[in-house]
Amino acid sequence: MLAWTIYISFLGALAAYLAGRERPGVARWVALGTGVVSLGIAVLGTAQLDPGKVNTLAHAAWVPSLGISYFLAADGISSTLVILTGVASVAGVLFSWNIQHRVNEFFAFYLALIGGVFGVFLSFDLFLLFVFYEIAIVPKYFLIAIWGSTRKEDGAMKLALYSFIGSAMVLIALLTVYVLSPVKTFNLLELTAAGPLGGQAWLFPLTFVGFAILAGLWPFHTWAPTGHVAAPTAASMLLAGVVMKLGAYGALRVSMTLFPEGLKMWQTAFAVLAIVGIIYGAGVALTQNDFKFVIGYSSVSHMGFVLLGLMSLTAIGLSGAVLQMFSHGIIAGLLFAVVGRMVYERTHTRDLSVLERSGLGRKMPFVSVTFLLACLASMGFPGFSGFIAEVSILIGAWQHLPVFTILAGVGILVGVGFTLRALQKSFYSPAPEIEAGDHAHAYEPITIPEKSGSILLLACTVVIGLYPRLLFDLIHPAIQQPMFTRFISAG
Amino acid sequence: MNRFDYIELLARLLPETVLVIGALVALFLDQSRAKVWSDRSRNVTGVFIGLLSSILAILFMIHPNLSPSVQWQFGDFYHGMLQISTFTKVVKTGLLVLTAATLLIAAPAKFTSHIGEYVALILLATVGLLLLSSAGELLTAFIALELTSLSLYLLTAFHKGNLKSAEAALKYFLFGSVAAAFTLFGISLIFGLAGSTNFERIAAALRGQPMSPLLVAGLVLTVIGFAFKMAAAPLHLWAPDAYQGAPIPSAALIASGSKLASFILFMKFFLLAVPAQMGSAGWGRAAAGWAVAIAAISATSIIVGNLLAIAQSNIRRLVAYSAVAHAGYVLIALLAPTTNGIASAFYYLFTYGLTVIGIFGVIGAIESRHGEATLSDFAGLSRRAPLLALCLFIFILSLAGIPPLAGFFGKFYVFLAALEASATPSGTPLHLWIVVVAIAGSAVSLFYYLQVLKQAFVVDSVAGGGPAVLATKTQKLTISVLAASVVLLGCFPNTVLRRLQVPGSTPRQEAPAHEHHHETSRDSTHVFANVR
Repeated sequence: MLAWTIYISFLGALAAYLAGRERPGVARWVALGTGVVSLGIAVLGTAQLDPGKVNTLAHAAWVPSLGISYFLAADGISSTLVILTGVASVAGVLFSWNIQHRVNEFFAFYLALIGGVFGVFLSFDLFLLFVFYEIAIVPKYFLIAIWGSTRKEDGAMKLALYSFIGSAMVLIALLTVYVLSPVKTFNLLELTAAGPLGGQAWLFPLTFVGFAILAGLWPFHTWAPTGHVAAPTAASMLLAGVVMKLGAYGALRVSMTLFPEGLKMWQTAFAVLAIVGIIYGAGVALTQNDFKFVIGYSSVSHMGFVLLGLMSLTAIGLSGAVLQMFSHGIIAGLLFAVVGRMVYERTHTRDLSVLERSGLGRKMPFVSVTFLLACLASMGFPGFSGFIAEVSILIGAWQHLPVFTILAGVGILVGVGFTLRALQKSFYSPAPEIEAGDHAHAYEPITIPEKSGSILLLACTVVIGLYPRLLFDLIHPAIQQPMFTRFISAG
Repeated sequence: MNRFDYIELLARLLPETVLVIGALVALFLDQSRAKVWSDRSRNVTGVFIGLLSSILAILFMIHPNLSPSVQWQFGDFYHGMLQISTFTKVVKTGLLVLTAATLLIAAPAKFTSHIGEYVALILLATVGLLLLSSAGELLTAFIALELTSLSLYLLTAFHKGNLKSAEAALKYFLFGSVAAAFTLFGISLIFGLAGSTNFERIAAALRGQPMSPLLVAGLVLTVIGFAFKMAAAPLHLWAPDAYQGAPIPSAALIASGSKLASFILFMKFFLLAVPAQMGSAGWGRAAAGWAVAIAAISATSIIVGNLLAIAQSNIRRLVAYSAVAHAGYVLIALLAPTTNGIASAFYYLFTYGLTVIGIFGVIGAIESRHGEATLSDFAGLSRRAPLLALCLFIFILSLAGIPPLAGFFGKFYVFLAALEASATPSGTPLHLWIVVVAIAGSAVSLFYYLQVLKQAFVVDSVAGGGPAVLATKTQKLTISVLAASVVLLGCFPNTVLRRLQVPGSTPRQEAPAHEHHHETSRDSTHVFANVR
């Protein structure tokens, strides 16, 4: 059933494109309908499957002579991320409701990207996974280059080349795996079951870096801030919300399960990079004046926690990493929606020093409350999903990497610092005396799609924050599968 | 025994015969009706005759009773002059499809008033290509090569009102005749050493011989001729000018069918006639032989082609340099003397041919309004001609190797074959270095391919939307069909692999699969002539 999320997204992309330039309303409703239906399928499909094993969704021979099959399946980790993608796609459509320029093409690229993302999360054949992974690259380029803002063409090209180089590294490794492995197949389950491969010492870092480029691994993160800033709101939400998760998911699902011995060799090295990313991202965010750059660098910092959780090599750390993927996907989407859509579309500036003097808190009460809640969630305030995710990661990391855990704690403190700074400058600085006639014109009211999108995302983070078992019940059993327990240390 | 039966010859070569008859009819009809018919009806008639004969040839090709697959021998003297096997049939069908597509994008030929001659030359060139791919010995191969080349020189020069066309043809001709001389000299040396022109007899005679200077010279000279036909660096200098100056369909044929047939011929030569002289291009295990030369040419082409393509602003030159890079990618398949290596080369070049003909079709439509097309003439194409823009999107991304388009699977398959052929029991495959070069090259190529798409989709054209693009219904239909086939062949590559009888691509009845697979995948001659 979950497989239909992929098909519906691609069909929706086609339908939105065929709606034509003259009927933007049709394209919008098609996109919203597609998003809602795929979210519904994601939730219902997840309820049906056993999260503790790989549930086959579709399995057919594709290129039998090369051991390539069309193999879609899901376990608890896949379905968590599929739900995230569903939520993000609905929210993204809601926050792009005001797009006026080439609407049908916008939603066609948008839904094609979503379809590719669903495909990556559900593929258990490496060839198929790679196909979906690359399908996601092209729409990103056009979404940013056509509908973006600040230096959009550079940002788009940088993102496309970074992604392509990352996937090139992965491709080299996949080809080598096929040749080295005694089982001539691209089926991930058969490959992991077939026993250890040679060459793990270089194959692991090659694939891990190849995937983690998209997850914002320091020092390969530089596409992220420029890409986020250049992208239109919905694309920023998807970039931070789901595309960065593609990288983290690939690193977990492919490189860590295929190369457990290489993983042990490189654990400390990548944990160092994760910590540097956490602290560096937070530190840079502290000094930015462009509102979107603040959020962009905060994504680098928060994704550092995901990578740290992966490198903890403990069950609780890995569960925390997956939960942090979900949590950050929701929160980053919300932050970009506030900054890129609700504030920028009305004030036409993202400069914090200008926003500081315009007294937004009074003029946009809904936005300021939303942003306050989003910031609390982002700082890891108890009661929101970010708290439980980061705590799990820190507990997991403490067992093997105590020093790193303390450093990550410092990163959290810096994170509180930049978040409070942005919050204070944007909404809670003392409003100047409003002179009659000067600032008298009010901003456009917040529209219904914006309100519904914000409430959807806030509801997700609060519900998971208050009742994390909803997702932990999916993630924990999945982590207990043999493909993961091979590298998880006891304890 | 030695009786030469012309009737049987014609019967076996029915597809080629049909094409020759078609060429003659087109020529004759156009000459006799030139004064009576309007240009339009002459155009339609000429293209129709060309198309009809290609389709008939395809039908004769795939009809099992009319051309049975045998390796066909004329007694001792003409031993194995031609090979007609399942593999050559698939290749020839592919070539005829490419020719038909070329004819269709030629439909309103504005560059000439002698459409009959033009169609006749295309058909004759195709006859040459068909013979190339079934040649079983060196002399037949050389004659076919010359038939193709001479037709292509003329086709390049066919736009008589355009100086660029004449310049292109002259460069192509001068380079080509020198390269042909090299090839001829090379094969004469090999004949001198082996005492036979037949591929398999050469192999038997040369097996176990040391790499004498004479043999090395013969191989190197042959490789040079090969590199010229493939437009591989450093023998690529003719390509940008020929692509730029030639009429659209001529350029499309040079870039598609001609490459496919030449590659198949030279692949047969290397793998059937001089397999013992292959050597190795493995990292750290290099051994003298033609594989080293091929690997060097391949790496050079990938680097040179991709880097020079970045600097191009004329779209045809950009396609030409990207073609140099693509020649580099596909040459990697020669390093794998296996079923997969051969099948991947065919798949790669056939789908590449479809793609590049489609691109030339789109370029033709743009040039009909702009004269010579630079990148900026593509601005706003998605608004001016949404269908053509969508097709261009598919073609360009296929060249860039984005899945699920055919260009991706082609590259993937070639790289996989090369790695598989160099697998060592433990440790990394020896051909990994060249695959890394190729994948890095294709990452670079995304940059300039996206520049084209950026113009078509991102940049808005000048106020007023710019001029509409002229394309006939036939051209639009052809280009759309080509785009659809690039998507479908990419999504379902097994439709091609199954026909090439790659082991494991068809559901197998006999049970013990394990040893069977290993055995056949190493046997390269299996595909070339599977009936003995």
